[in-house]
Amino acid sequence: MSLSNSPLATTSETGAPLPPPDPAAVAASGQKIRTPWREFWRKFKKQRLAVYAGVFILLLILIAILAPWIVPFDAENFFDYDALNSPPTWTHWFGVDSLGRDIFSRILMGARISLASGFFSVAIGAVIGTVFGLLAGYYEGWWDRIVMRICDVLFAFPGILLAIGIVAILGGGMINVIISVSVFSIPAFARLVRGNTLQLKNLTYIEATRSIGASDTTIMWKHIFPGTISAIVVYFTMRIGTSIITAAGLSFLGLGAQSPTPEWGLMLNEARADMVTSPHVALVPSIAIFLTVLAFNLLGDGLRDALDPKIDQR
Amino acid sequence: MFSFVIKRLLGLIPTLLLVAVLVFLFVHLLPGDPARLAAGPEADDKTVALVRADLGLDKPLPEQFVNFFINAAKGDFGKSIRSKRPVSEEIAARFWPTLWLTIVAMIWAVLFGLIIGISSAVWRNKWPDRLGMTLAVSGISFPAFSLGILLMQVFSVELGWLPTVGDETWRHYILPSLTLGAAVAAVMARFTRSSFIEILQEDFVRTARAKGLTETVVVIKHCLRNALIPVVTMMGLQFGFLLGGSILVEVVFNWPGMGRLLVDAVEMRDYPIIQAEILLFSLEFIFINLVVDVLYAVINPSIRFK
Repeated sequence: MSLSNSPLATTSETGAPLPPPDPAAVAASGQKIRTPWREFWRKFKKQRLAVYAGVFILLLILIAILAPWIVPFDAENFFDYDALNSPPTWTHWFGVDSLGRDIFSRILMGARISLASGFFSVAIGAVIGTVFGLLAGYYEGWWDRIVMRICDVLFAFPGILLAIGIVAILGGGMINVIISVSVFSIPAFARLVRGNTLQLKNLTYIEATRSIGASDTTIMWKHIFPGTISAIVVYFTMRIGTSIITAAGLSFLGLGAQSPTPEWGLMLNEARADMVTSPHVALVPSIAIFLTVLAFNLLGDGLRDALDPKIDQR
Repeated sequence: MFSFVIKRLLGLIPTLLLVAVLVFLFVHLLPGDPARLAAGPEADDKTVALVRADLGLDKPLPEQFVNFFINAAKGDFGKSIRSKRPVSEEIAARFWPTLWLTIVAMIWAVLFGLIIGISSAVWRNKWPDRLGMTLAVSGISFPAFSLGILLMQVFSVELGWLPTVGDETWRHYILPSLTLGAAVAAVMARFTRSSFIEILQEDFVRTARAKGLTETVVVIKHCLRNALIPVVTMMGLQFGFLLGGSILVEVVFNWPGMGRLLVDAVEMRDYPIIQAEILLFSLEFIFINLVVDVLYAVINPSIRFK
């Protein structure tokens, strides 16, 4: 960092003006302007595992988008009756299930469902939770007490129990699974954002903003909300893993996706009957869920370390 | 200490009330008419009206709520639609297997979590840390239901060491509790590690080392108690996770507990059972958190006087 922009540094101790800084010299010395984005990237790329996890997730998203065009067989309606429960072969890369369906194709199509259920359920929870958290933290008072009490009650139900209760009301199917899983993300985001808002709103820059006459809405959205984004992003990433597991768990229990949908949890449930003779049918969706969730958790860990100002100033 | 417990109990009342209201409203949020569901698909309008009066569903909502509350306090949740037996009887038979399973899972999850977390913190960035944290992040990412299926395949089917289903002997508890506790052990290990790393940098640790204590005494005697405070809080939060996880694990291992009953009830649309179970699970969770709060006060005396 060059001090030459500061008025104090324009004259030396002898009173003679300093020569203007040479931009070429600054560039040559390897000094870059430290934007928050660059700072984040510098720290993030040190986290090897998180970078690999991020690349894996990007690939997975790409595969999920392209799945209908790249699957070798129809995931739901192609039946290879000569290869029932066959282990992996050159034609069927991940083997065949008990009905003769190609597991590789089903896994690819299932990636769409799992990623979508993970992402959308957390997104719904994050949006609602953030709005409530911002309002609760900013206005405090009775509104804050009500929101936090509702959060306490939602926290009093174990997540999957709440989801099962909501599925019992709404009925099965992936859309209802996404809604029910999103509900228990709401209190977590609300608390997180409320905590951050309480800290931020007492800082000088907020006072300054208010003194020039900014409205509450402007202060909340333009000045407080950006300060909470990094915490939201970290939590969002970590939450996706949990939500994918919960959604797959509901389908595993028979309360989510219905046969013949190639949902990973449902595939695992259907494979249980033939576990003894052909364990690969259960193993493949297990590994798929594990790797996907692992990638989100590793990425979340990496993001947390890169975005937390307390960690490393090297 | 006594007044602390009383204060905590009083603080629970609003939460309990809200939980009761939610569980009560649950039946009214359901699609369709609960009276028609209870009467069965072939019942005519007259029978449905009779059933409605019998269930008290024709009374105004506030009165229904008061009745529900009084009956629930007496342990009366009506009759199961499927088996026609009282809900309290159905659940009583299933309550203990689930509670034991979660407690066993919690005990070993805390034990393993503490050991892995402490060794990771003490040997930070060395191989025990890397191994422990790899195990931990895998444990968080592995869904309980697939872990259960795989463990059962390896230890019960392939090796034949352990029984597959049922809850008769202690050997039946090994696989389900391992499956259930794995994720919690992983969370505990990560949490203990970060809390221990902070404590190892405290001044009192340096003092303890400076006066010539061995590293074992420093870690076990001086650090452990301080590190336990956040860990105990975490334990309470994780108990809810265990209760929820038990639903999945019970289905995998065909465990005769509340979780399997709940899943069957949802499939059969057996609403009185679902209602009672949701209430019971929440009460159990709230109660465990109270116990954790008290434990917390035992470990950290300064909390009691706040």
